[in-house]
Parts: sequence; C-alpha cells; structure tokens
Amino acid sequence: MVNMTELSTHHGSTASRARLKKRRAAETRLKAYGIAAISFAGLALLTLLWSVVGKAGLAMTESYITLEVPLTAAEISEDPARADYDGIVKDALKVRFPSMSGRKDRRELYGIISGGANFELRQEVLADPAMIGTTGGRRLLASDDTDLYLKGAFGTLRVVETAGQITVTGEGDAVTLTSSSDDFSVQLAVVKEALLVRARILHRQAARQDNGRAVRTAEAAAATDEAVRAVKLSEALAYGAARDVLIAQADDLETRAARPGGEEDMGSDLPSILVEIGGGWIKATRVADNRLTGDWILPGDAAAGAWTLHVLSVPEDARKVSDRQVVMVETLRSDGVVETTFNTRFFTGGDSREAELAGIWGAAVGSFWTMLVTFCIAFPIGVSAAIYLEEFAPKTRLTDFIEVNINNLAAVPSIVFGLLGLAIFVAGIDILGVRIGGFVPRSAPLAGGLVLALMTLPTIIIAARASIRAVPPSIRDAALGVGASKLQTAFHHVFPLAMPGILTGTIIGMAQALGETAPLIMIGMVAFIVDVPTGITDSATVLPVQVFRWSDFPERAFEARTAAAICVLLFFLVAMNALAVFLRKRFERRW
Amino acid sequence: MTNMRLSEAGVDQRDIKIQAKDVNVHYGTNQAIKDVSVDILANTVTAFIGPSGCGKSTFLRCINRMNDTIDICKVTGQILLDGADIYDKDIDPVQLRARVGMVFQKPNPFPKSIFDNVAYGPRIHGLTANKSELDQVVEQSLRRAAIWNEVKDRLDAPGTSLSGGQQQRLCIARAIATAPEVLLMDEPCSALDPIATAQVEELIDELRTNYSVVIVTHSMQQAARVSQKTAFFHLGVIVEYGDTSKIFTNPEDQRTQGYITGRFG
Repeated sequence: MVNMTELSTHHGSTASRARLKKRRAAETRLKAYGIAAISFAGLALLTLLWSVVGKAGLAMTESYITLEVPLTAAEISEDPARADYDGIVKDALKVRFPSMSGRKDRRELYGIISGGANFELRQEVLADPAMIGTTGGRRLLASDDTDLYLKGAFGTLRVVETAGQITVTGEGDAVTLTSSSDDFSVQLAVVKEALLVRARILHRQAARQDNGRAVRTAEAAAATDEAVRAVKLSEALAYGAARDVLIAQADDLETRAARPGGEEDMGSDLPSILVEIGGGWIKATRVADNRLTGDWILPGDAAAGAWTLHVLSVPEDARKVSDRQVVMVETLRSDGVVETTFNTRFFTGGDSREAELAGIWGAAVGSFWTMLVTFCIAFPIGVSAAIYLEEFAPKTRLTDFIEVNINNLAAVPSIVFGLLGLAIFVAGIDILGVRIGGFVPRSAPLAGGLVLALMTLPTIIIAARASIRAVPPSIRDAALGVGASKLQTAFHHVFPLAMPGILTGTIIGMAQALGETAPLIMIGMVAFIVDVPTGITDSATVLPVQVFRWSDFPERAFEARTAAAICVLLFFLVAMNALAVFLRKRFERRW
Repeated sequence: MTNMRLSEAGVDQRDIKIQAKDVNVHYGTNQAIKDVSVDILANTVTAFIGPSGCGKSTFLRCINRMNDTIDICKVTGQILLDGADIYDKDIDPVQLRARVGMVFQKPNPFPKSIFDNVAYGPRIHGLTANKSELDQVVEQSLRRAAIWNEVKDRLDAPGTSLSGGQQQRLCIARAIATAPEVLLMDEPCSALDPIATAQVEELIDELRTNYSVVIVTHSMQQAARVSQKTAFFHLGVIVEYGDTSKIFTNPEDQRTQGYITGRFG
C-alpha cells in the first residue's frame, strides 16, 4: 500500500526540486527553439525582400539622352505618320559622333539609344505637328544597357591621379602615349597579376598532363604484351611533351610578371584603360610603366597638354556596353544631356521585347480581369455550396463523400486544373456526339479565371464551412425558436455572422490564385502580349506569368524588371492579406 | 418550500392547452422519453423537474418541434395543441414555433440591436402592418418582459451589450413579441444571479395571465415559487404530475419524495 501522507513529503524535497529544475529547463529550451525558428523565418523573409527590392531598384528609373534632332526632312512634312523616324534618330546620332563611321562603330553608336525611341518621336510629332520643320533638342530614351551603365551596374569609370606630362606620337588611329613619370605602373601591375593567374592555370593543366604521363608509364611497366607497352609508352611521351610546353608557357608568363618594367598587352578580360585628351578618347591596348599604346576611339587634339587617365575596373568582356559606348555615354554625360527620371513607363506600359520599354501594367490588368472572373464564379458557387452543406444537407454517406472530395480537390496540383481547363474550356470535348466546352478563347482572362475558380473553389468552400460552423448553435436555436424558417435562419443570422470568415477565406484563396502560374501557362496565358487587355476575352497575361517570362530573358535589365514585377505582385498579395486581416478585425463578433 | 407566494393563486379547472399522449423520443437507438402523457393547462405555469438527463428538456423541445433540427431524433406519439396534432403533416413547424415560443438556457440575443432582436419575429411573420405598429409591439413586449425601463433609451445598442439577466429578459421579450400562446422555458435562470432570477421569476408569474408557460428547472424552490402544476421526470418517464403544492408537500411516489427532499438527483 502507498501511504499518501508520506507521499506529500515529496513536495519540497531535493528530488522534487530537481524535477522542477528539469521542467523549467525544458520550458526555456522550448522557448529558445521557438525564438530560433521565428528568427530564421524572419531572416529568410528579410533576405528575400532585400534581394528582390535591391534588384528592383534598378528598374525604378530610366534614362533619357537629349540630342539635336532635325525634323526638317521633306518626308515628314509629306506624311508625318509614315516617315522614317528610325533613320532620323540614327542621323542625329551620326551627327553627334561623326567619327563613328565603320559598320561596327555605327552599330555600337545606335545601341546607345533605345529601339523604341523612334516610335516615341513619331508619337510626339503626330501629337504636335508644329514640331515639323524645326530642329531642337529631343529627349530620346536610352537603351537598357546605357541605362544600366549610367546606374553603375557595369562599374564606374574611375579617374586615376597622374603626375607626368603626356606626349602623343603616332599616325592615324594608332598612337603611343608617353608620360614623363611612371603613371601606368599600377595598371601594369594589374596586368602582371593577371599573367600570374594565367600561369597558375597553365601549371594546373601541366599537372594533369603529368598525371596522365605517370599513369601511362605505370601501365607500360605493367603491360606484358610488347605492342601494348609500346603504345602506352608513346602516349606517356606525348603527355610529357604537352606538359613541358605548358610549363614553358607558364614559366614565360611568370618571368614576365616578375621582371621590373616591361610592356604587356591589354586583353578585353582586363580592366579598360581610357585616356581623355584634347576632347578625344584613347583606349590602351599595351601598357608599360610610363607608356601606353592604343587607338583613338573618339578623335581629339593630340597636342593638348591636359589629360585624364580613366580606369573601368569591370572588363569589357563582362559588361554589355563596349568601351566605345562608354566613351560616347561619358561624352554625352559631360555635355549635360543625360537625365534620369522615374520610370513611370514600367507601371503604365505593356510588355515589350526591349527591357527599357517593358511595363507591368498589361499583366496587372490581365490579373485584374482574371481575378474578377475567378471571384464572380468561385465566390457565389463556393458560398452556396458551403451554406447548403452546412445548413441544409442531411448528414449522409453522400455528403460525407462530397466533403472528403472537396478536401481532396484542395490538394490537387494546380497544373492538373490547367490541363482540365485546356481540355474542357478551351478545346472542348465530345461526349456521345455532344460538344461540351470549347467556348473560351485561349490566353484570355476568361479561361484563366475559370481555371483559377476551379482551383479556388475548395479553399472558399472549406473556409466558408468552417466559419459557418463557428457561428454558435444558440443563434440558430434563437432564430428557429421565434419561428424563422431554415432559410431565414441561414440568411438572416448565420450567413452575416459567418461573412467575415468567409471573406477572409475568399481573399486568401484569391491571393493564392493571384500568385498561380502553372495552370495559366497550360491555357496559353504565357504568350507575348504587348497590348493592355480591355476585357475578359482579350489575350492577356498575368503578373506571375510575366515574372516567369521575364526571368527567362538573359538581359540584365530584365532581371531588374523581374524583381520589380515580383515587388508589384508581392504588394498586391500583401494588400489582399492585409484586407483579410482588416475585415476579420473589423467585423469579428464575440458571443 | 419557503416562498409560496407566487403560486398561491389557485388552479381552477382550466382548459387543456397542450395534451401529450404516449410520446416516445429516440436519439438513434437510445430512448430518451418513454410513453409520456401529460395535459398542460392554459394560463398556468407548469414546471418540469427531475435529475439531469431525465428527458425534461427533450420533452420540452418536442412541444415546439425544435427536435426536428436534430437528424437522429425520432418522435412518436401525439402532442395536441388546442386539439390539433402538432406532428401532423399539415402542420408547418415554422408556423408552430411562432405559436409556441421558446426561451433557452443560455441568453442568446442576436448580435443586432435591442430593437431588431425584438422586432425580428414580428417582421418575419408579418404581424405588423407598419413601423408604428412594430414600434408598439416592440415596446409592449419589452414592457411585458420588464426590461423596457432599462433599455428604452438605447434600443439601438447591440443586444449582446446587456448584462446576463437583461439579455435573458430581452430573449423573453423576443419570444413574446411573436404573440405566442405557449411559452417554453428551458432552465431560463440557470445562467443568472439571484437578483436577475427573482426578476425573471416575477416576470414568469405575470406572463401566466396571457400564456401558458412551461418551465424546465433544476431548482425545486423555483418550481415551487413560480408553478401551479409540476411534473417530475425520472429516466424518461413522468413519475408524478399534479398540483405543485401537492407534489412538494405530499408526493405520492417514493421517487418524488426522495428527489424533492434531496436524497438523490
């Protein structure tokens, strides 16, 4: 028998204190785990936001270059709508930089300005015919690469202090610059550093060849067949020869890197050295301590004494703007004709192949129409189903079966709904000669909305049922008790009380649908659509699909626009969830 | 059996309002009520007493067919209201509940204004022709439920903002606003403090002049104070039914004797 009186002495004993300590330690541990989990989640969110918002920042401004554009050509006055504005813009560029005469030069020159600049000019002219015949400064949209360069995405052109007097010698484009002091030794050191890196790579390659030689030698020693041994030995010799060549190259590079002075070639994989002198620019191709060899890329006065040494630390290979374009943009910048403005185009324009012209508005409107269709279908059907199932349906095996299937429907991968929508809404199927579906145009918000409605239905039904069930039965009793019918009870009392919960569930379901990509790709909403849709049957795309499409483009500017589009999408999602929270707080009732 | 004041008014030979004949109620396979037959008189307060789970609430809910809302509940036998079987196919339970009002154990006002709480019944039944009539019905119901003076200045306030006792009286006002003939009360005072209880009991006695009231209670003092007739339920059967004064002073059955003297239950 247990003596209960003796048991009570346990409280306050050493053993009980030990238990207490253990229990408190366990509680502290649990709290620590919780805090760690929340911190981790918060950190993940912060990282996401930081990365996305940081990248999106690049897309928030756009650059314009003002050039003297003569609108004097006869063809403009003849038919302003059909004039060759592309040629006009290109001519303006050629006039500004007459030295850019070769094909490659020209292409780089035209690359400064956006391909869409001429359309804008055309629109301006059509809007204001008074411009025809005049010559004046016109704002031309910079290309995405120019824009990114101006924002420093490809590094910034840095001025290096110089001490010496410069002497320019040479004929034509090729020139040699000699400084009276060792102004280029730092740049030479950078080149030598690169030589060492290359030498290390060669040494590694040599080590691999040597490895091959060793293996073949060992195989030859082990071989019993004389013929096989001969082959192995010859292979070993070949490996050894290759190794020796590589080592010789590496040694040469190391020697060049180690010796003082000397002169080395500049590659496009090294930082660019640009010298500004007498209004022109020279790009260095060889560098010594006190001497540069290079070419004029923008002609200037060689006799001018004043000079500036510029270094762009991002190599030409690693950026989309060439040294030539950098020089032109810098020249324009020092002319004061480059301006940066807020990128309203991004928020008001449709999609484009050109990053600088691409906007999110088309996708946002597409999302709006799609969500409208989704809401108009999913909300009434979902709420009706929930009210019927909760308030009217008898609890039978059939309703149990339906409930299980609604829950299953919520777990069906969204791509399956996309396939279903494609098969039924867009394509249509024949059942016993009767055509079913196929009434919806492809890529239209109507199709997307129908598919997303299917996807959102279970979410709405489940949320609505839960909030209807949460209405206390005493309210139903009260209504029935004063002689209200089931219908009156449901619609006068239960439904209004469940409404905040239903709306919350609906908004969360809609937010889910807003972020859905896969099923919409299935029904063709991934197409390239420039126009902003004006109705539910126009071809359209939606925000997440736009993000998906842009993320596929290699251009750096599209990367920024992808991030900006994600920000827009996140903004809508956060706004919808905030609305859900607000509705819940505002209309929540207590009993 | 201290205060007999309220029930002192003698029970004359009154009309039978509700007549139950051999009522059986099953919840699935479980029988809750066995062969209950009882006559409830007009303008009388009838109390149902008995230990928990004895079926008194179930029987009460049969009288206005509130048990219809429970799927597994099966009622057999006859309950006649003014001679007509309320379980007849022709009787609409919704119509019936307008004639047989109910007040529940827990005050359950709608989360609407006090006015709307009371006006809800008359509105859905179309009892009043216009707003001024509705106003009058609401005022009279609130007056009859003895809460008018407390709420007349704030009819727009939500019914849920009232205290427990006020809420219960509001529920009574709501029940009588549909002009019922019978008022069923399922332990109306169990969630109330003694002062509120006293107010509700006084109210019940006043309501007797217009309605027949059936009240389920766990408090034998309450049954003794407010009722003229008492039925003692035990294990789903009516053990004894008679004048309240007789049940409490001179019960015939041993079990009644045991229950009212507190030996079980």
